[in-house]
Amino acid sequence: MTVLNPAGWRPEMGERISAALEAPETVTGNRALHLEEPLLFEVGRMDHCGVDFDDVPGSPLAGLALRSAPVDLPGLSEPEAVRHYTRLSRQNYAIDLGLFPLGSCTMKHNPRLDEKVARMPGFADVHPLQPTATVQGALKVIDQLADWLVKLTGMAAVAMTPKAGAHGELCGLLAIRAALDARGDTRDVILVPESAHGTNPATAAFAGFKVEAIPATDDGRVDTAALIGKLGPHVAGVMITNPNTCGLFERDLKTIADAVHAAGGYVYCDGANFNAIVGRVRPGDLGVDAMHINLHKTFSTPHGGGGPGAGPVVLSEALAPFAPLPFVKPGADGALRLVEEADGDTDAPQAFGRMCAFHGQMGMFSRALAYILSHGADGLAQASGDAVLNANYVLRRLEHVLHAPFGAAGPCMHEALFSDDGFAEGFATLDLAKGLIDEGYHPMTVYFPLVVHGAMLVEPTETESKADLDQFITAMESLGERARAGDPALKSAPHFAPRRRVDETRAARKPRLVWTEQGA
Amino acid sequence: MPPMSRGFDTMRYLPLSDHDRGEMLATIGVPDVDALFVDVPAEARLAGPIAGLPGHASEMAVERHMARLSAESLTAGQVPFFLGAGAYRHHVPATVDHLIQRGEFLTAYTPYQPEIAQGTLQVLFEFQTQVARLFGTDVANASLYDGSTACWEAIAMAGRITRRSKAVLSGGLHPHYVGTAQTMARFTGDTLVTAKPELTAQADDDALIAAIDAETSCVLVQYPDVLGRIPDLRRISTAAQAKGALLIAVVTEPVALGLIESPGTLGADIVVGEGQSLGVGLQFGGPYLGLFGCREKYVRQMPGRLCGETVDADGKRAFVLTLSTREQHIRREKATSNICTNSGLCALAFSIHLSLLGGEGLARMAQASHLRAVQAAQALAAVPGVALVNQSYVNEFAVTLPRPAAEVVDALAAKRVLGGVALSRLVPGEPGLANALLVATSELTSEEDIAALAAALAEALA
Amino acid sequence: MTRYFTADHEWIAVEGDTATVGITDYAQSQLGDITFVELPAVGASLGKGDSASVVDSVKAASDVYAPVSGAVTEVNPALEDAPELVNSAPEGEGWLWKMTLSDAGQLDGLMDEAAYAAYVAGL
Repeated sequence: MTVLNPAGWRPEMGERISAALEAPETVTGNRALHLEEPLLFEVGRMDHCGVDFDDVPGSPLAGLALRSAPVDLPGLSEPEAVRHYTRLSRQNYAIDLGLFPLGSCTMKHNPRLDEKVARMPGFADVHPLQPTATVQGALKVIDQLADWLVKLTGMAAVAMTPKAGAHGELCGLLAIRAALDARGDTRDVILVPESAHGTNPATAAFAGFKVEAIPATDDGRVDTAALIGKLGPHVAGVMITNPNTCGLFERDLKTIADAVHAAGGYVYCDGANFNAIVGRVRPGDLGVDAMHINLHKTFSTPHGGGGPGAGPVVLSEALAPFAPLPFVKPGADGALRLVEEADGDTDAPQAFGRMCAFHGQMGMFSRALAYILSHGADGLAQASGDAVLNANYVLRRLEHVLHAPFGAAGPCMHEALFSDDGFAEGFATLDLAKGLIDEGYHPMTVYFPLVVHGAMLVEPTETESKADLDQFITAMESLGERARAGDPALKSAPHFAPRRRVDETRAARKPRLVWTEQGA
Repeated sequence: MPPMSRGFDTMRYLPLSDHDRGEMLATIGVPDVDALFVDVPAEARLAGPIAGLPGHASEMAVERHMARLSAESLTAGQVPFFLGAGAYRHHVPATVDHLIQRGEFLTAYTPYQPEIAQGTLQVLFEFQTQVARLFGTDVANASLYDGSTACWEAIAMAGRITRRSKAVLSGGLHPHYVGTAQTMARFTGDTLVTAKPELTAQADDDALIAAIDAETSCVLVQYPDVLGRIPDLRRISTAAQAKGALLIAVVTEPVALGLIESPGTLGADIVVGEGQSLGVGLQFGGPYLGLFGCREKYVRQMPGRLCGETVDADGKRAFVLTLSTREQHIRREKATSNICTNSGLCALAFSIHLSLLGGEGLARMAQASHLRAVQAAQALAAVPGVALVNQSYVNEFAVTLPRPAAEVVDALAAKRVLGGVALSRLVPGEPGLANALLVATSELTSEEDIAALAAALAEALA
Repeated sequence: MTRYFTADHEWIAVEGDTATVGITDYAQSQLGDITFVELPAVGASLGKGDSASVVDSVKAASDVYAPVSGAVTEVNPALEDAPELVNSAPEGEGWLWKMTLSDAGQLDGLMDEAAYAAYVAGL
């Protein structure tokens, strides 16, 4: 086995643990750059403050009932705060540190220009309710991004306000419900493939639909015959992820869409994996009626440790009239205006309503627009091509050591799917994933999709160099061999992370969700 | 000119060279990248870049384009600024933006692998504790999208707890929050009892209490309300409790809680809010930060992510996302909500800002904001034709003008004063509300700003 | 007292016209560490096959179905503080609820101990 480490490290140089075991006890809990950090409530003090205020003369409004004491929150001076959060940050893995092969989540490089742009005052320091004449620059960002999204997807319109992918799914399903209501149709079943992400059935139920599952075929795709067999006057629509959660393109989507339309239903496409096809395939050409786009996936707005996202929803001609409020529209004078309320505005007679306060995730729009303009139509196609190329390279380089359930069926899209088939007795996907941490990587997505036992979904993305992919592949080969051989050290991995495996049962049985003095 | 090692066709965010691509294609055993798209029906594969869209652009060019767009807006920092109504402009220490841009926070994923995500997890645990203390609730979650969606989630949660489906919404609740709830209720079949805001000196607690009956799952009260008035939560709580309904308090301006009592302390069962005014900034409406706290006994009915304390295999304190069986990725169609993100980076910004402030700093910030409001209310009430509506307020109040406020707001903007929000922007088509203007202040408001607003308003009304 | 089993891995122990319901040892071994048990309301009327209770482990939430029709008369109060009883004594102290039987004939369709053991062995 070749060990690729351009830094010059070789296996015979040994590992940190051999030195650490002989090292003297620590009295601080810290080890060189590896620093333990107490809780804010343990380091902060009620009489510490990192913000000063200019004095304002005057006295409070007479009769105002003031609180009896300040909120019980410790403060930090500025240097204490900088240290507290800097130390905490160093306990996180991040895309800035290395390859982050989290399938379906799309962890790719976040361009720093986008951060700079998002902080430009014309987008960051404007209030959502300013007169529209004073926010034309911000409205143009929304309008220009909307134009790109419509053209990239080949759809009729886009609803910009949904705040994340799941919110976008909700938007799409509410548009379907509104369209059905408008024609007096009470159909209430949404068909969802069993390989779907959990949000699909959750959203359908949240929007008041009944969910029926569609099985998958042996090659990891929706069972088209089973789906078409379920269609009927009770079916409001289908939710299909394409490319799907197994990393495969649903070849029959157009056939399915035609059948769904013929049966009076609508097609919702979960666009979580649009990054695999952007610039090369337009969902509108495949009969899709609604699709959300996770701006944090396809257009690389930062994940931020779990949000915020943004989930604009592109809509077909059939659903466009039902798009939610508010939306941006050119006015007669050429300036952009906001259509905010159904009352008194004839521009939105069929809009299904408002999904949130204000106009959506502006801070994500400006980032996504900068990303899209940087790539251009050619660069986006190059990016999706490279994403698919990288995934197939990983698939073909690893299928000799990890079982690839759909590897024989042809190329994958932007992510490569493996299973735990062939691991030694008692060894599971989780063990390989935790072993990957000790090799300096964030684990891939594990146990998803549910249709593959012990699933490992690897999405390298287009922003990894070949050298980085090769090193990752080497690590995966080593771990695959260890899992097949039953290396006991894998069962207790990770050994070198800031924390070892954590007791999730304890956390769930007696939840401690806030810090308390007596609990300390 | 020296030869270039990479062609101009390469893009700055894509590390692969054509040489790399060739080697990888050979390993895979296909002639070109198009062969990897063989599963896409040929008629759906585009032959080249989509027509009508530009090609790639340099960092310089994109920055120039975006800077030009930015310059087309009149920004809050340029002019006297008095807008609120659910989004507030407060001072954000430079430290906040510096820290949230650390790559280990900015470019991390949801902390599903706790061994290498303790930074994010500890921040969430601290955030939950801060929110719970601010709101006076037992527990809080790791955040939702924004205040308006958190508000609907609270209504849905109250329905699960009480097994009732009628919510009574105060007329003082932000109209966008009401609208968001109405959209959802239309599809879930919940009944919402709503009221338009009324321009009275005090929040109309009596009408709200009268609307609570034995079918009511919850009562929603904004605190302070959309006009800035401070409802009597304790009284409403008692009335709700008597009918078996929950009290949901909605806080759109958490800075106000530096000055007035926390809603949980006054009997609210669930407290939700918008966290934007601490650390996040205006951002033209998003991303913002949904805050959600409640009594401990309801924790398993809560929506959204929760971070809990536990230990690792060595017995060291560690944090982990917990109670995830409530969530969509496990419960699927039976989940408490379909939400699968929190507003992580905004929660971090909020938490850092609140750590820098501490309870004392928050009180000073609220006090400064309030004192500016007192000055502004006095200055505006002195303008002929202008009358103050509120008897109580913290840092936002309503005034009535002698003519429609929307026109006056536009006239002020033309004089480069962003003078407030016309209530008719939020509640259109109500002649009785057309003349009401909502005015908000903060510690950033100066005496000069107030004088400029009063002068511009006097001119506009003259 | 006679004990019956369902294909969904509930057990029901009948004594006169009331019965005690829980999940089997096989079920708890498949679920792993139980972290929370959501119990039905006392007085709730259950139809055979209705989802009556939810047993949570760290990564899964599993419905427990009523083996027969009847009304809930009592729920296990110990589970609120000690859900781990379902792991340690699933067919004893870790019982979930007691109920009346509205149709004793429904028991005929259930498995006895030997039949259930054979059923589990075949899984």
